[in-house]
Amino acid sequence: MKAKIHVYLKPGVLDPQGVAVSVALQNMGFPEVKSARQGKLIELDLHGVSGEQAKARADEMCKRLLANPVIESYSIEIE
Amino acid sequence: MTQYAPGVTPEIAAEHLPTDEYAKAVEILGRAPNLVELGIFSVMWSEHCSYKSSRVHLKKFPVSGPLVIQGPGENAGVIDIGDGQACIFKMESHNHPSFIEPYQGAATGVGGILRDVFTMGARPVALMNALRFGAPDHPKTRGLVAGVVAGIGGYGNCVGVPTVGGETNFHPGYNGNILVNAMAVGLADQDRIFYARGAEAGQPIVYVGSKTGRDGIHGATMASAEFDDASEEKRPTVQVGDPFVEKKLIEACLELMATDAIAAIQDMGAAGLTSSSVEMAGKGGVGLEIDLDKVPQREDGMTAYEMMLSESQERMLMVLKPGKEPVAEAIFRKWELDVATIGVTTTTGRMVLKHGGETVCDIPLDPLSEDAPLYRRPYEIPPSRPAVDPASVAAPAHLGEALKTVMACPDMASKAWIWRQYDRHVMADTAASSEDPSDAAVVRVHGTNKALAITTDCTPRYCLAGPVEGGRQAVAETWRNITATGAWPIAITDCLNFGNPERPDIMGQFAGCVEGMAEACAALDFPVVSGNVSLYNETNGVAIPPTPAVGGVGLIEDVTKRTGFGAMKDGDVLLLVGETQGWLGASLYLREIEGREEGGPPPVDLAAERRNGDFVRAVILEGLANAVHDLSDGGLAAAAAETAMASSVGVKLAYDGPLPPHVFFFGEDQGRYLIAASVEHAESIREAAEAASVPVSVVGIAGGDAVSFNGGDTAALADLRAAHQAFMPRLMAG
Amino acid sequence: MKSAVIVFPGSNCDRDAAEAIRAVTGQAPAMVWHQESALPAGTEFVMIPGGFSYGDYLRCGAMASRAAIMPAVMAHAKRGAPILGVCNGFQILTETQLLPGALMRNSGLLFVCEKTPLTVENGNTRFTAAYQGGREVAIPIAHHDGNYFADADTLDRLEGEGQVVFRYRANPNGSARDIAGVINTQGNVMGMMPHPERAVDPVHGGTDGLGVFESILGSA
Repeated sequence: MKAKIHVYLKPGVLDPQGVAVSVALQNMGFPEVKSARQGKLIELDLHGVSGEQAKARADEMCKRLLANPVIESYSIEIE
Repeated sequence: MTQYAPGVTPEIAAEHLPTDEYAKAVEILGRAPNLVELGIFSVMWSEHCSYKSSRVHLKKFPVSGPLVIQGPGENAGVIDIGDGQACIFKMESHNHPSFIEPYQGAATGVGGILRDVFTMGARPVALMNALRFGAPDHPKTRGLVAGVVAGIGGYGNCVGVPTVGGETNFHPGYNGNILVNAMAVGLADQDRIFYARGAEAGQPIVYVGSKTGRDGIHGATMASAEFDDASEEKRPTVQVGDPFVEKKLIEACLELMATDAIAAIQDMGAAGLTSSSVEMAGKGGVGLEIDLDKVPQREDGMTAYEMMLSESQERMLMVLKPGKEPVAEAIFRKWELDVATIGVTTTTGRMVLKHGGETVCDIPLDPLSEDAPLYRRPYEIPPSRPAVDPASVAAPAHLGEALKTVMACPDMASKAWIWRQYDRHVMADTAASSEDPSDAAVVRVHGTNKALAITTDCTPRYCLAGPVEGGRQAVAETWRNITATGAWPIAITDCLNFGNPERPDIMGQFAGCVEGMAEACAALDFPVVSGNVSLYNETNGVAIPPTPAVGGVGLIEDVTKRTGFGAMKDGDVLLLVGETQGWLGASLYLREIEGREEGGPPPVDLAAERRNGDFVRAVILEGLANAVHDLSDGGLAAAAAETAMASSVGVKLAYDGPLPPHVFFFGEDQGRYLIAASVEHAESIREAAEAASVPVSVVGIAGGDAVSFNGGDTAALADLRAAHQAFMPRLMAG
Repeated sequence: MKSAVIVFPGSNCDRDAAEAIRAVTGQAPAMVWHQESALPAGTEFVMIPGGFSYGDYLRCGAMASRAAIMPAVMAHAKRGAPILGVCNGFQILTETQLLPGALMRNSGLLFVCEKTPLTVENGNTRFTAAYQGGREVAIPIAHHDGNYFADADTLDRLEGEGQVVFRYRANPNGSARDIAGVINTQGNVMGMMPHPERAVDPVHGGTDGLGVFESILGSA
């Protein structure tokens, strides 16, 4: 079972890397880009847990290590 | 009739070895080499490992001296810095990988050179780099600069070794081939130096560090039927560095080295497992047997060929004293690194590899190294171009404006944008780095009052204009820069970057530069203790300018008695040490003001170089100078401007001799220094100079807030600073 | 005074921290490996040094903040003992939430190493008393992720309570309100991005960082 965890900066937290990406894209001729946010994707390979359990465990992992609640939010996909 | 082993086609053989070398391999084995053996021959007989084109010339270098503990041939050179301590250093290129993937190429270049130094038992204490990029307006330049600088910083900052200095040039000659040369300097106790030699038969071979993956295995050598699996993802050819693992590897190795466990040790650089095992067995005069199944592997299904040719980073191979495996295991486990005993040294003199229970390689080691190809490639050393007649160089409209132009040009411009990204202070012993007005970086020997003076130098436009003179100049300028801090120059490492050695003109550049360097090393008692050769730096038949980068190390006995060029005082007398004939050939002035890249390089009078340098050092050690600066690019005017900017005091330059003023102020005659000293000390210096027959003349006085020439043309310090600082931010803003 | 320096894999200012502590206190600190579960008996001052613990992977300081030794460090903090985190150590302290806020990527996106002019905003802490008031000092920085972030309420509270200890005089990294160093409400845990241990020696970096160590020594 795979857990895909997306970690991204909370709205309102400045994302200098995202700003740089959007400016670069605009300069490259993509004026439709109004903003960019850069996050992380963490893929976990999980064994011996059900889908429900996996989601709960991954949530705990996010809370305890993978995301910093001061600046980051996250979402979890189990597949 | 050439014979081939099963699975090896003539095409595969040809991709690995030229015909004559293949025949030699067959002769050594008494049979056709299989694919694994072919890979090993190909690596060991590559230019990179065997120096087959360069070896005959490198023999010209003086490699010994009273302070040399270990010259070329080991992982790095070792010199005696007194008190039972040693300095261990080397410079190496990572040119091709950095052009392909600038961040990782440069980062792994730093990682590799650090391993060369800590392999020998040294704690790395300083990093330097010598970078050459293409024209600033070339479309690739900006991205390459950004990537290389980030890679050097990303790796060096993380491992916690300060990057204290370097040089960066821009020239269209590097448009197709940038140069990334990195130098590492370390410190060790003389009784705790570790060598690749030292293995004896019957000792365990232990692998430590990262796991082996398919990094760096060249695409061309993958094109065999055996590997032709369409479903497989394209394998990476760029190595990825992990400075976090390197940092742990440094600490773990040094911890193990503090015990009595290691017989021999070698880092895994290019073709890691192959070259490291062959080197240690060869130097120890033993055979070896390795079970490849025991090699820590990152990917499934790796073949013996892939494992032996992998360039995965952050790996080391050691031969331990029997029974010491648990000591090593405990230390490497503590540092969360892989450790595995993968084989044993033998008395057979052969390299035997097993994989899946089968012998996949059995090569006699002596012939593998002793019968390595040696080429005496045809060469023709180009003579120096004719001198430029000073009369053919018109005076500029305004000397102050000319100075601003020179100080603003890419080669002279401030590189603050670069060095701000390097941690220059970690380890808390940096006394002078790129940010400081010092001709060489100065790094204190930890826990003492001594310091190392470290610099890298080369003037490729001189080497192109006359390889022998250019070679002399590269070594002389290194010596001069070290001297200008008050240090005693001890030895050099080098990184010889050239084009295709199969072309007699390129081979001539190489031979000429080496000849000139060797002469200078001999005359200045400045031996070569380590180095690296990088050939084939050319694209579409266009070679880079010959670039024999030199990295020098000297010793300062009392770090509080060093000198830089940032402490000139108002009212100081400016003294010029050395003779000025007004040499404008191949000068920056000629290129930047006249747009002419012509003329021969300035001649280097090695006897005068030494005499003048020894005099200047004595002046510094007697505490007579407030500021000392060597004269190089841009001549007296540039040195005076740099001293003035750093000291925040202007200079009034004055000259009433026979040369036209612009020729005198911008000429690049060698063996010269600028000294700023109080009126009283200046008088003592002049008297001493007369007694020592050293040419010293007064060329001005410090004061005001501008550089002025003969009371006329001026350049305000504020304008000079603005001009000097503009280039890099403008380049990187795109 | 008995001190301890916590060492994580990837710490690289641990030796510099130890030397600075020894120079000022006359006593070498214990070097405590991250896998330990207790501080040496009698430890008073704890320093979490700079570097790249765990390679700065995931988030700077994130994995170190969950290391085996950290519960002991947190308990030490609760007892009111002095704890200083510098650079990566500051990042680790925010990750443990012993200090408010977070350190994000520099606004210029580049690593910045330079001697930085600072104002000592609060000279009445256990870490700054020796500076005697709002002095200006110059201390080197060297980081890629020193851009201090906290929400506006937190920032207001920090400023109102005198918890902003150091401020940049020329903001090098985009930090909110030029904040270079903060202290907790109890006044015993401080984090700062500039490296005071690199400024305790005239040969290297000057002596403007000495005050931090002298203050801690004086507070014991």
